[in-house]
Amino acid sequence: MSDLGRVVVLAGGLSHERDISLRSGSRVAEELRDLGVTVELRDADAAFVRGAAEDPPDVVLPLLHGSQGEDGSLRTVLEMLQLRYVGAEPAASRLAFDKPTANTVVARAGLNVPEAWVLPHSTFRDLGADALLSSAMRALGLPLVVQPARGGSALGCSIVHDVSELPSAMVGCFAYAEDALLQRYVSGMEVAVSVIDTGDGPVALPPVEIVPDGPFYDYQARYTAGATEFFVPARLDPATREAVAAAAVSAHGALGLRDLSRSDFIVDADGIPWFLESNVAPGMTETSLFPLAVAGSGQRLGEVLRALLVHAHRR
Amino acid sequence: MSAGTPGLPEHRGRSLRYGSRLDSYVDRYAERTLGMTASQIRALFAVASRPEVVSLAGGMPTIASLPLDIIGDLMADLVRRDGQHALQYGSGQGDPRLREQITEVMQTVGVHGHPDDVVVTVGSQQALDLVTRIFIDPGDTVLVEAPSYVGALSTFRSYQAAVHHVAMDEHGLIPEALREAIRFGKRAGTPAKFLYTIPNYHNPAGVTQTVGRREEILRIAQVEDLLVVEDDPYGLLGFDGEPPRAIRADLDDGVIYLGTFSKTFAPGLRVGWALAPHAVREKLVLAAEAAVLCPPALNQLAVSRYLESYDWLGQVKVFRELYRERRDAMLDALDELLPDGSHWNRPEGGFYVWVTLPEGLDSQAMLPRAVTDRVAYVPGTAFYSDGFGTRSMRLSYCFPTPERIREGVRRLAGVVEQELDLVRTFGPGHLSDRAGLGLPSPDLT
Repeated sequence: MSDLGRVVVLAGGLSHERDISLRSGSRVAEELRDLGVTVELRDADAAFVRGAAEDPPDVVLPLLHGSQGEDGSLRTVLEMLQLRYVGAEPAASRLAFDKPTANTVVARAGLNVPEAWVLPHSTFRDLGADALLSSAMRALGLPLVVQPARGGSALGCSIVHDVSELPSAMVGCFAYAEDALLQRYVSGMEVAVSVIDTGDGPVALPPVEIVPDGPFYDYQARYTAGATEFFVPARLDPATREAVAAAAVSAHGALGLRDLSRSDFIVDADGIPWFLESNVAPGMTETSLFPLAVAGSGQRLGEVLRALLVHAHRR
Repeated sequence: MSAGTPGLPEHRGRSLRYGSRLDSYVDRYAERTLGMTASQIRALFAVASRPEVVSLAGGMPTIASLPLDIIGDLMADLVRRDGQHALQYGSGQGDPRLREQITEVMQTVGVHGHPDDVVVTVGSQQALDLVTRIFIDPGDTVLVEAPSYVGALSTFRSYQAAVHHVAMDEHGLIPEALREAIRFGKRAGTPAKFLYTIPNYHNPAGVTQTVGRREEILRIAQVEDLLVVEDDPYGLLGFDGEPPRAIRADLDDGVIYLGTFSKTFAPGLRVGWALAPHAVREKLVLAAEAAVLCPPALNQLAVSRYLESYDWLGQVKVFRELYRERRDAMLDALDELLPDGSHWNRPEGGFYVWVTLPEGLDSQAMLPRAVTDRVAYVPGTAFYSDGFGTRSMRLSYCFPTPERIREGVRRLAGVVEQELDLVRTFGPGHLSDRAGLGLPSPDLT
């Protein structure tokens, strides 16, 4: 019996990332059980809400990815149920999940953010897609990144190298979200920095360098073991490594995040970290970046998560 | 990383200074695993299993209409009375009594086989795997219909076959296209090893080969010395008249007939079979023994008892009526709700309707939007190995109730309307990576 009481790990949900969330949940539950924590692995459904209202768990670890899990809605439900949980509160989750708003907030905090524009499908339809896309290309240059303004796992994300690729990139993007983010492409080293706060303030775990076999770190590269090479810590000089770690801690603070987050950056040839996004429910699968960072710091994933649960339990 | 770096915790363990691929075996896999990667389309089907989603994707039979109490008693009695046999290893070729019964089942489609030429397999999927294993070397050509069953394409891909699609129309495989495909293979020095065909209530196209077509295909196969692999999971599930006569009924040699109890009884038992010419059967048995030693004895005996003690053909009739009602519900809903420019066929049996969307739409690109709107289908590209099928999708009516089917089609129609709006704005989109779409078995969704 653990001092945490009954822990519920929430995984699944109805977002496009359900499969990944189930894998994250299953791994985390196993890691925590190995440490003697009493864990229930539950889907975020009506049965959970009914059960939690009647017999509330002592603390919840939400591991739903994508919409619902990261847009603040599930966390609002947890607040309504007056449950203690690990991770960002609803408003901060909503802020981080909305890439254009998060970019603005993080830029104000002094981080470098690649220039980007966000537009809904209706604007393209009403004002003419050709003219708007031509303007975007003139301003941002090629290649450019097209991605859903809200969402994760690179779903609906394309790197457009030629104008002829743009229409299908837009259609692919709008299949996942109502708004599209068109962003200047920054070439360089892709680095993910996880941040944890177990009560003594946010600290960055070692930056993870991502080297996919293919052209970019897409869904296949993320979740096929062997398709991407990782370096922990990233092969950066100490000053740059420190700068990217500090940038992640700044993003965590600027967005008002809590307990844990993972921020993704491109470090360009001049060693400048460019902020891409922050995640409030980072993946915990066998190929995910947060567990790699934890391992790189010499800790066990279960121990770190237990510390986060203890911290949340005390709130 | 030096200890005490501001903003970073001190390292207490060994770091991954040299790159890790998180897979120690990455350089050791066989070439045939190259296509075995994570797929975002496959991942979407995890959502389809939730009750909030109307899944028109899966090919799951409605086993709720089976006499479960009777089957429960039958299984219990089987273990009690014949457990020594049912829980023991068995023959690699399959239980002799069941093989006799299988020959009786095949008589319903005009096939008169000998029990010695039947090999019981773990579903007909394993029969397909074994046939491919004994005939296909990497690079060998297999002819299949366009479109074809996704599970067969996966099997052929896993043996590194070159899959060549042959056109179909509403009457089935087009004979002239078949002749051309055979000639093409011979000219290229890669004559087809066999033709894989699903003549009855085709998966996914819902088409049934006419009698005339069957005769012509058979003639072509004989003239060209082409082996035919006839897959017949749905033959007894026609909605009108007598079951269509199998191709194998008119030719003893030159056809391997694959059958299954998955649709007429229960897929969970995984009992199927191959009826093959004598010499082929010998090799199939050896291949089966190498793969699984023997098919599960308990499941074989359960099927055998069921066939013996229950009116199984009466149960097939129950299934037929149930699926006919659902087919009608789906066709009515499609007719009423799907936008102009869409068209579909009217299956006379089986599980599936093949829908073609208005010009410019891409069913695979549209799937995430459909899942957001809580409806799922299988994109047409899953049924081609060459990237075709973009405008098409397979809808199944075998599992959801008529009310759910109607609701699913209503949601789908909304998704199609939204996608049309998108395509009007940006023009047609084409995703680049088409071939080898990594889908789960459709029966799982």
